[in-house]
Amino acid sequence: MKIGVIDYGMGNLYSVEQALLRLNCEVFITSDIKVLNQMDGYLLPGVGAFPDAMSRLNELGLDVYIKQLVKTNKPLLGICLGMQLLYEDSKENCLTTGLGLLTGRIQKFNDSDSQQRVRIPHMGWNPLSFTQQPSWLPDLDKEDSTHVYFVHSFLARNTTQHEVVASSTYGGQVVPGIVQKGNITGMQFHPEKSGPFGKYLLGQWVRQVRDRERQNT
Amino acid sequence: MLTKRIIPCLDVKEGRVVKGVQFVSLRDAGDPVELAKFYDEQGADELVFLDISASHEGKETMVDVVRKTAATLAIPFTVGGGIRTLNDMKKMLRAGADKVSVNTSAIERPQLIAEGAAFFGSQCIVVAIDAKWSQEKGTWMVYTHGGRHETELTAVKWAQEATRLGAGEILLTSMDQDGEKSGFNLALTQAVNDAVNVPVIASGGAGNAQHFYDVFTKVDVDAALAASIFHYKETSISEVKSILREKGVTVR
Repeated sequence: MKIGVIDYGMGNLYSVEQALLRLNCEVFITSDIKVLNQMDGYLLPGVGAFPDAMSRLNELGLDVYIKQLVKTNKPLLGICLGMQLLYEDSKENCLTTGLGLLTGRIQKFNDSDSQQRVRIPHMGWNPLSFTQQPSWLPDLDKEDSTHVYFVHSFLARNTTQHEVVASSTYGGQVVPGIVQKGNITGMQFHPEKSGPFGKYLLGQWVRQVRDRERQNT
Repeated sequence: MLTKRIIPCLDVKEGRVVKGVQFVSLRDAGDPVELAKFYDEQGADELVFLDISASHEGKETMVDVVRKTAATLAIPFTVGGGIRTLNDMKKMLRAGADKVSVNTSAIERPQLIAEGAAFFGSQCIVVAIDAKWSQEKGTWMVYTHGGRHETELTAVKWAQEATRLGAGEILLTSMDQDGEKSGFNLALTQAVNDAVNVPVIASGGAGNAQHFYDVFTKVDVDAALAASIFHYKETSISEVKSILREKGVTVR
């Protein structure tokens, strides 16, 4: 089963590659559309700024490629900035149009609310509360620790309820943690850095890619 | 709600952990990757590797340690020590480190912080500050070169300048408390924590679990770091966390 890590020249891909290898995936880090066509599932990583990331995707023609993935029904997982890119636009540095696959806009955290100062980035372990069940995730045990590792300064706002699967709260603000629409999933935190629960989430996402690939062969 | 982070620090020299580590359970307690794994299992929220190698070979070995750690561990870690250029940062981050920490090199050339933040994002750039109380000046002054040279900068002003340049986190060590095991320097930590809007890691002085409780409740700092009390098993990360949890501090 082949996972294509979409390489647009941003961020540290080593940790995510290693996490996928530990889950027995064949991993291809590439921006080559011919190679990407052979993949069973896609991971859109990303560290850095939204405008840079979008312009790199546009230059490589990957924006168009990712948009048409919706129709192929192959699973796509965006992580951190990779999740933010799935939204309509972002106010990071300047207003930049995103991939528009999910409903919502990327905005900066409010750095203060009435009660307390809010430190930015939102950095560290925060538990997720699930409001619905992603198609690829079986029921969670209520006792399970759902702490995941976040590190980001911008978050998804004006989202639509049925696309937000799990959230955390930070500084009185709701932070969409896992989002999903059809074959498109986003994780604002880093599952590859989120200990056993992160491994479980990534493992379940990989399992559906594997199941789907088996059905098709 | 965001949990408080407990961060063990590993001093690494020429690829080996220094500070006589006493872990009979480990096959090779001098192996940074083995020790990192042990701390991960104990519930460490992050790790910091401080490379104190002097030689060029030692620094190359560190890249290897980072790569192996990233291939084994699923928690974030920071690498500091001898990072002087954007290229040094690139090497460590590409090898799988989540953050790099800069100290002396950032004071010598503050623009390094801005360059790092622009290239990798603020969340990757930690500025480590070694601070010591000056009776004469009535405030904490910043020291460089492992605490050997006093600068003209106050800890509070430098922390503010560093975050203005793009630091995403401050690792604050009290040289007065370091090694004393009598608790974190609450006044210094409070002063810096109040002055900046990024997360602050308190360091220097941890002697027991109660000290972590004090720094988290009296200063509301985001994270606390310790080295020797974990290495010498005076307490463990799981013990610190269970005491914090009992007392109502949210931890993972």
